[in-house]
Amino acid sequence: METNNEGKFLGYRRHDGKVGVRNHVLILPTITCATQAAKQITELVHGTVSFIHQHGCAQVGVDYEQTFRTYVGLGTNPNVYGVIVLGLGCETHQARSVASEIAKTGKRVETVSIQDYGGTLSAIAEGAKAATKLVQEASAQMREWCDFSELIIGTECGGSDACSGLSANPAVGVVSDMIVEKGGTAILAETTELIGAEHLLAKRAKNERVAKRAYEIIKAMENRSILMGVDIRTGNPSPGNIKGGLSSLEEKSLGAANKAGKSQLNEIIDYAEAPTEKGLVWMDTPGHDIEQLTGMVAGGAQVVLFTSGRGTPTGSPIAPVIKISTNTPMFERMSENMDLDAGSIIDGKETVEDVGKRIFDEIGMVCSGKLTKAEILKQHDFGIWRIGPTF
Amino acid sequence: MKEENYRTIVMRPEDSVAVALEEIPAETKLTVTLPDKKTKEIIVKETILFGHKFAIIPITGGSYIMKYGEVIGKALRDIEEGEHVHVHNLEGVRGRGDKIVGN
Repeated sequence: METNNEGKFLGYRRHDGKVGVRNHVLILPTITCATQAAKQITELVHGTVSFIHQHGCAQVGVDYEQTFRTYVGLGTNPNVYGVIVLGLGCETHQARSVASEIAKTGKRVETVSIQDYGGTLSAIAEGAKAATKLVQEASAQMREWCDFSELIIGTECGGSDACSGLSANPAVGVVSDMIVEKGGTAILAETTELIGAEHLLAKRAKNERVAKRAYEIIKAMENRSILMGVDIRTGNPSPGNIKGGLSSLEEKSLGAANKAGKSQLNEIIDYAEAPTEKGLVWMDTPGHDIEQLTGMVAGGAQVVLFTSGRGTPTGSPIAPVIKISTNTPMFERMSENMDLDAGSIIDGKETVEDVGKRIFDEIGMVCSGKLTKAEILKQHDFGIWRIGPTF
Repeated sequence: MKEENYRTIVMRPEDSVAVALEEIPAETKLTVTLPDKKTKEIIVKETILFGHKFAIIPITGGSYIMKYGEVIGKALRDIEEGEHVHVHNLEGVRGRGDKIVGN
């Protein structure tokens, strides 16, 4: 495949000017009760993707807003050509409201409601018919040369080990800086896994307001475990992290922060919110891999870099996830799931910059159409960060 | 005592631990390269697995343990030079709702 290393890749230009690296038709279930029907449509119609979830009803206040924002963000992600919003009818998160927000971007949207169409089978048939039309339209769109400045890259680490902070995370930091330098956007997330490293990020903040917000979101996250009266270590670091040599959350955080390279921190955004600034942006998400991945993709990330020390299959239905191992033994053990190896840094065979360059080249290939292991294996993970109780 | 060199890394001058980049058997005398390029001989007291840490200076119980030039937790007891540093003798200090009086 031909890619231009001068900072170009072959993407899909959308009506709102944004650029997709995939051309999916998304079947978006706004409520748990519609997820099975959505899944059936993806089995019937080639070119469609969907996801299973537990949300969309009996949520209130900020939790309602966060889930709504996530749905709209996923529907408007540039990797999506068109959307079938599939509702039940009686749920809190109304399919029509979600669809009308998505339609504002000029994207093709259809709404199907199970209760309006006489039941599951008829709704599946209706959704499948509409999806077929959209898939055929989508397939007629050609890729064109696009600039790296049009990319939003999500960065993530999961199943960390002591090598994460020495090899793969610093290498992703190099890539993050390269993307920023080319005028693109890099999202740092995982607020939980930045507890203990916030002072280092605050020092790099664009202004006082951003620095203050960094301390605020860290405090809010830390206070959740304090209010619950629990030791955050019961969940983080995880048993796998500990086996890999990480002893505390602070140690994990200091390694995780390396993913953000050395760029100025321009903005801090809410979960699933789209960045308004280019450059390095911090999205407030939990450390939970799937919830934060979903948040970044809802925020508009077209591609995600995911480093791992223990090995994980994590993928997204909407964005390609490039998996980077922190050590070579794991890369060999988990070769079915890992795309690139940064263990060469530990072995002294490559520098952090060498691996950064290799990851950058891979982004060009993946954004031009090369499939990641997670995509090939249909690893369509999905999870929304629920912050409130259900009523 | 075995005298063999194993690959280790010390990130910053302030650090009190080194990370083993390969498994180091117990009772090994090895040379650790410090960030200022000076070296230090350390006798590793117990097996250190790949990715795990050992103390490069004696650490007093209750004091902070440093890696990346930053605090990664507190020593639960005195830790000798060359001892494995992990969850049995280091504890994180952040997000500790269990330490709040009344809980």
